[in-house]
Amino acid sequence: MKNKTSGIFATIFFTLISILFVSPILIVLMNSFKKKAFISLEPFKLPNEKSYVGLENYLTSISKYDFIKAVGWTVFITVLSVIVILVCCSMCAWYITRVQNKITKLIYLLCVFSMVIPFQMVMFTLSGTADTLGLNTPWGLIIVYLGFGAGLAVFMFCGFVKSIPVEIEEAAMIDGCNPIRTFFSVVLPIMKPTYISVGILEAMWIWNDFLLPYLILDIKKYKTISIIIQYMKGSYGRVDMGAIMACLIMAVIPVIVFYLSCQKYIIKGVAAGAVKG
Amino acid sequence: MEKSIKKYWPIFVLPTFAAFIIGFIVPFIEGIYLSFCKFTTIRDASFVGLSNYVEAFKDNTFTHAFGFTAVFAVVTLVLINVLAFAIALALTQKIKGTNIFRTIFFMPNLIGGIVLGYIWQLIFDGIFEKFDLALKLSAKLGFWGLVILICWQQIGYMMIVYIAGLQAIPGSLNEAAMIDGANKWQRLIHVTIPNMMPSITICTFLTITNSFKLFDQNLSLTGGEPMHQTEMMALNIYDTFYGRVGYEGVGQAKAVIFFIIVVAIGMIQLYATKSKEVQQ
Repeated sequence: MKNKTSGIFATIFFTLISILFVSPILIVLMNSFKKKAFISLEPFKLPNEKSYVGLENYLTSISKYDFIKAVGWTVFITVLSVIVILVCCSMCAWYITRVQNKITKLIYLLCVFSMVIPFQMVMFTLSGTADTLGLNTPWGLIIVYLGFGAGLAVFMFCGFVKSIPVEIEEAAMIDGCNPIRTFFSVVLPIMKPTYISVGILEAMWIWNDFLLPYLILDIKKYKTISIIIQYMKGSYGRVDMGAIMACLIMAVIPVIVFYLSCQKYIIKGVAAGAVKG
Repeated sequence: MEKSIKKYWPIFVLPTFAAFIIGFIVPFIEGIYLSFCKFTTIRDASFVGLSNYVEAFKDNTFTHAFGFTAVFAVVTLVLINVLAFAIALALTQKIKGTNIFRTIFFMPNLIGGIVLGYIWQLIFDGIFEKFDLALKLSAKLGFWGLVILICWQQIGYMMIVYIAGLQAIPGSLNEAAMIDGANKWQRLIHVTIPNMMPSITICTFLTITNSFKLFDQNLSLTGGEPMHQTEMMALNIYDTFYGRVGYEGVGQAKAVIFFIIVVAIGMIQLYATKSKEVQQ
């Protein structure tokens, strides 16, 4: 009996905390339907007849600030970078685990080392290198992400490859598979869970990243979601709070939808990534 | 088998390694070299020895940023880990709706730093206005604002790691302790926590390095205001590079110092908590 009541109390307690946890997002949502002048004045009041503007803020941010285009570029960069990272890094990780010599050991150590380096260390020189090589487009950015994201990916894939028994691959080779076919039809299917974990970790990072695309992309032509929000808030004399609220909501919605639909994998991926990190 | 794979290196290793050289190795080596130079672009560098480092240490905003970051890292380390551990303990008990709570607590983690910063700016500005205060006018408010934001973002993540750790502890250990007459607290301190040391190592490592590397949230929530007082190291380096002309060399020197600090702290921390892990 005592346990039951304390259980109910705990549920009520955590429900209250959960409400507190989501309230910042709900407050922004509420404000996105208000006229811009009312947002900074009374941010905690529900919209009334005077302040309610319907979808106007959303329409402004789409038409005036090209928000849809920014979403498009963000999706493009995130999806392609993650695919490229997964394919290239898993192949690299398999090779450097199976072929043991000084060079492959060095590559592995460099990858581990690169994981702890703060971005500020290479920020200036990386944007310089990217400029000289003409990588300041979304296509080029994918190569930069492959280079900069390789550390974590190779490290995690190596951890998994070590646990695959070599005999399976040897059997495939004896049956006449060349290494490429062995990798794609034997190793790749076994590594599926690791692909999901690494993919989710890298996707979370790239989708939300601000500084790297901001420094590398040609900002006049290409903007990502993070860049456009910072740009709206930073560089204009008069800040359009209404449009910013709408953009914040539109930036959060895809993330929440993605999260709720692959929640199981995300949480598993995070736990797996942390254990190996 | 090794021999037959070996000659396939251009297909397996080359793409990743080439990108790794462009994206990491070249910029890293160049960065170390440039920290000893005076330059405005990479092309016009001239060697000046250690003078950039001397200037970096003389710069009050940089030493202040270091102090601010260090205090911030300690405060968030304690808050995030204690709260996340407590929530993880509670949510592994038989409480109705634990899955929903886990889902909600983890959610802020997926939202980007820039977006988070502006969400909280609206809220803090709204609250502080009632007391005639402003986030960007007080270093103290800015500090606690950042602490709240980071806790809100990271508690869920650490909670997930702690829950995974708790679920890996064999139930028989707790049962044995119970039969021996250990109460709840004794079981927590002598059974649960020693077995959780690997998770604690990971979470403390992540919270410390995350705090040191923090940039987006700092930029969007306070922007370093007032007068660089809420500026953390990463933002200070960014400002030195892009905010002042002629200080690129000093910025690069600061970046090298920053890199050494982050690596050193990570190593010390891993060593300190690793030594407490129990062998099973």
